[in-house]
Amino acid sequence: MIRKYSVLISLAVLAAVMLVPFAIVTLNAVRSPQDYSANGPLSLPDGLHLDGIVEFWNRVDFGGKLWNSLLISGSVAVLAVILSVLNAYALGVGRVRGRVWIMVVFLVANTLPQEALVYPLYYLSKEAGLYDTRLSMIIIFTVIQSAFGTYLLASVLGRFPHEILEAAAIDGAGKWRALWRIVVPISRPTLSVLLIFFFIWTWNEFFLPLIFLISNENQTVPVALGVLQGDKMMDATMSSASALLGVLPAVVFFLIFQRTLTRGVTVGAIK
Amino acid sequence: MAVHAPAARPKAVREPEPRPRRRRTGGYWVFLLPSAVLFTVVIVVPFLMNIGISFTRWQGIGDPRWLGIDNYTRLFADERFWASFRNNLALIVAMAIVPTIVGLVLAATLFDDVGKKFGPRTASALRAAYYLPQVLPVAVAGIVWGWIMHPRFGALNAFLGLFGAEPRSWLGDPAWALPSVMLIMVWFQIGYPVVIFMAGLQRVDPALYEAAEMDGASWWRRFWHITIPQIRPEIYVVLLTCTIAALKVFGPIFVLTRGGPGGATLVPSYFSYQNFFEKANVGYGAAIATVLTLLIIMVTALFLRIQDDEDRKS
Repeated sequence: MIRKYSVLISLAVLAAVMLVPFAIVTLNAVRSPQDYSANGPLSLPDGLHLDGIVEFWNRVDFGGKLWNSLLISGSVAVLAVILSVLNAYALGVGRVRGRVWIMVVFLVANTLPQEALVYPLYYLSKEAGLYDTRLSMIIIFTVIQSAFGTYLLASVLGRFPHEILEAAAIDGAGKWRALWRIVVPISRPTLSVLLIFFFIWTWNEFFLPLIFLISNENQTVPVALGVLQGDKMMDATMSSASALLGVLPAVVFFLIFQRTLTRGVTVGAIK
Repeated sequence: MAVHAPAARPKAVREPEPRPRRRRTGGYWVFLLPSAVLFTVVIVVPFLMNIGISFTRWQGIGDPRWLGIDNYTRLFADERFWASFRNNLALIVAMAIVPTIVGLVLAATLFDDVGKKFGPRTASALRAAYYLPQVLPVAVAGIVWGWIMHPRFGALNAFLGLFGAEPRSWLGDPAWALPSVMLIMVWFQIGYPVVIFMAGLQRVDPALYEAAEMDGASWWRRFWHITIPQIRPEIYVVLLTCTIAALKVFGPIFVLTRGGPGGATLVPSYFSYQNFFEKANVGYGAAIATVLTLLIIMVTALFLRIQDDEDRKS
């Protein structure tokens, strides 16, 4: 009996420890600076004090940062799924010649560190007048994410029942029609998992957006928060508010997409 | 949408038609065209350019000057370069090895113990708590901990102060910076193996555990002789993906320490960033990035090889 509960209790304690950083940041984001200097960071705040969050929000135009992140991540998710489907259709269903080598290219592209691409991309985007635009991030991440998507979808579509496609061909459906009317609807569960993963992965990106989005009005949420670290203007409660504003969207996505994510996380494991 | 109902089509109509195989084998390359263009511009050309740049001295403006392998010989003699890889090893321990071991124990306990005695809902609630840090952008995870470990107003010093400990600059002290970053990365990473391993355990035949339990096998023996062999594929995947993630770490280092103090938390990724964008040593930065790429490709090939051998044995 004691043993039965001791395991559960130690696992629950560990879970609590994992959640403590979230709680600490939340507590101090809603605490007034006076309360902080009087009682320190560990006590319960003496009331719900949202001024720090509001002030930080206005100072960095957090709404604008959210919009940039949404725009970039949303566009990348949709475009990368489309690109992955097109590639996987040619590789998995069409079995084009040389597909093994094409797959190797996608696999290598998927494992390449961004450090090995960043300087040429930076240079080329300046030449093309795309530096410091959200469009540059959309193009680059669409390609990077679709490398993974192609790799995954090609093996899924490789097992696609050929009878269905043959029957469609007899009905006079061309390759495009077969793709949009048959392959895409039937693969929808896999595609929606990919869509969500691409969205969240792009939202979480830091390295390339830090380098490419230097002007304030283009920055994404993680970049805006990252470059403000150590800013002398930020006091204890406002720093905490900034951390909370970084955490909240991620937790909201987690709650919205939880089912798909836990179902699909094994899919993502290949990345 | 009314899906075509090909299966319902009478067989008689289909039989006389020749199987339209030939029609479907040609012409699919058109679908690869958009990617061919985009991958050339975004991946292939930049990657080759980076390799080319690594053989030159270049400030990012003007013409690069050809150096041959000088950047690489300089690199292998550079103490900071080796230090960055030693720190990277520490992060592999923190992000791949520790989370895999702890994740195995947690997943097995949740699945075999908690799930059975307290129901699957308790197990999945605990799993969600372990997984929550994983949903954060890794830079934001760094910001959260940067606040907690802040020398002046952070909660960690306040908490340890309750026990009479002196306040410490966790991330500013060369002796503590790397262990602090390691701790943060363990916190960040641990949920991922738990989720993957629990998903893998769903596959395992419950009869195996029941038989072992009837034979009086201890928890430890069941863990060692059933759990681990059964989810071996997942263990490889987790080790590979986490090792690569550790080799690529940048966000937390940028946010927490900028590689400091005195290079105590310098990693190759940040080292190349410094050379590219702070020191304008583009050729040297490109050489670091190229070595990092080779290392990642070698690690991937090694893991795939081991996995392949294991598959053939079983």
